[in-house]
Amino acid sequence: MIEIRIHGRGGQGAVMASKILVSAAVLEGKHGSAIPDFTFERRGAPVKAFVKIDDQYIREKTQVYTPEFLIVLDPSIKTAVDYYEGIADNCTLVINYPKLPGDVPEKVKTIGYVDANKITIPLFGMPMVNTCMLGAFAKVTGLISLDSIKHGISEIMEGMKDEMLEKNIHAAEVGYKEAVIVEYKGRD
Amino acid sequence: MIKVVDGNQAAAFGAKLSKPDVIAAYPITPQTPLVEYVATMVARGELDAEMVEVESEHSALSVLHGAALAGARTFTATSSQGLSLMYEPYFRTSTLRLPVVMCIVTREMISPQSVWGGQQDAVTVRDAGWIQLYVENNQEVLDTVIQAYRLAEDKKVMLPVNVCLDGFYLSHMAEKVEIPEQDDVDRFLPPLKMDYIKLDPKEPISVDPLTPGGLLTHYRKKHMEGLENAKEVFEAVDRDFGEIFGRYYHGKIEPYRMDDAEIALVTMGSMSGTARVMVDKARERGVKVGFLKLKMFRPFPKEEFRELLEGIDVVGVIDRNVSFGFSSGTVFYELKSALMGHHEPLMASFIAGLGGMDITKGHVGTVIRFLEKIQQTKRVEKEVIWMDLEEEIWEKPLTR
Repeated sequence: MIEIRIHGRGGQGAVMASKILVSAAVLEGKHGSAIPDFTFERRGAPVKAFVKIDDQYIREKTQVYTPEFLIVLDPSIKTAVDYYEGIADNCTLVINYPKLPGDVPEKVKTIGYVDANKITIPLFGMPMVNTCMLGAFAKVTGLISLDSIKHGISEIMEGMKDEMLEKNIHAAEVGYKEAVIVEYKGRD
Repeated sequence: MIKVVDGNQAAAFGAKLSKPDVIAAYPITPQTPLVEYVATMVARGELDAEMVEVESEHSALSVLHGAALAGARTFTATSSQGLSLMYEPYFRTSTLRLPVVMCIVTREMISPQSVWGGQQDAVTVRDAGWIQLYVENNQEVLDTVIQAYRLAEDKKVMLPVNVCLDGFYLSHMAEKVEIPEQDDVDRFLPPLKMDYIKLDPKEPISVDPLTPGGLLTHYRKKHMEGLENAKEVFEAVDRDFGEIFGRYYHGKIEPYRMDDAEIALVTMGSMSGTARVMVDKARERGVKVGFLKLKMFRPFPKEEFRELLEGIDVVGVIDRNVSFGFSSGTVFYELKSALMGHHEPLMASFIAGLGGMDITKGHVGTVIRFLEKIQQTKRVEKEVIWMDLEEEIWEKPLTR
């Protein structure tokens, strides 16, 4: 089973991103479950969402404590939340950051970074980075194809205006294109 | 059709496919999205029902009383404080024998303030005459809502049904669910026909008049018989459902790996999946452990428990609730009293998952080890264990 934890702030779409990942995995014939961390639902407050993906049906309805994949939608939450807590060895980090981040623990072996704010603010007028980061996730991890992510966006955002849907799909494509992958060998 | 939906959405699909005539609901966390989904279905014309926006939960259920008495199929949902506010019409729904189906998206009760999960709300109203079914995953949420109508409207039952889904761990958890075809649901669930009381302007009747105790006692006894009948009817409903949809849930209690078990775990709701995983793990270590998923909490399946636990050495019950006054988990003490005078295994009560706390694989694994110890020593040193308050006595953190 693959366990993914998504960190962001209320309003950035962490929970929606978790559902999109499950929808994408299901399209590829896998099973998945997405559970949000149920803290205070306020715009701007740190939020978490947990995703599990497996070839088998996922029976346990539990949170994720030892993620192998970490998606950070907003690195500025690190003053409030230790998003590296409990990460597995060989963790892959996909982070919204304009350059290779420093201060990354050695358990992280692969880093994918993309400046999702720069991509999404012109599109949405605010850093609604979730779909852009999922595009980056698809490229960095190779776990799920970009096409499946796009399908997931269409399924989970069903009912939204076509224009919004198109913008989100575009954001995922740009995130995929611009994500930079670095095999991380620890701090120099 | 396969869709990725959360538990609230699964419940809304179940309601929609059951074609209710009248829906009345008031939003409350964590049930709010359920109301939004249903309201959206009505607004889009996908569901041909009267959606009544009410000013409180008390009104929500009262609206459904009128609708059900007029022969309508009805649906509502609530949580926690909303259920508390419903208490007066809640009792009347069952004592009037109205086949209302209501989801309880279970949530902790205040105080202190909490909006998170826990089964305290639903278990607290256990003796108000409703049928209560607790479910494990989103497919079961959807399927059980449909089944609930067949059960509620059966002439031998005629009672309201709660489908209880864990707040957040199911209501906000998204997974793959098969949405049944409408034709199949129509085949399984015929339209509601009220034979006995029906409000009709052409034939006026008085409902719920002042009733002397002697007659009221008759009503209570018949109500209780209706609940008892529900046990058998539900088995048949579940089997029929399985034949049409290919999913059978083993009725009131599902036994898992119980064939040669010496230790049994009892769970209710979303923690049951985690129990399956950990029973499998313990089996790999050679531990003869199985588990029972309690689906029908009301009426309490006493006879079936006695049969399933015959010869079992140790039973552990994990409760996501407390019984104030009995000082244990609620399912624990009910099961213990049901077994009295029959085979009485050693029993321990484990309280976990209150106020939205996770019941992890670590919790369930720890419970199994604790039960193994009881089996070895043949004694229960401590009957009630608060899992998250006694972490220092466990071998490793409960989240691992």
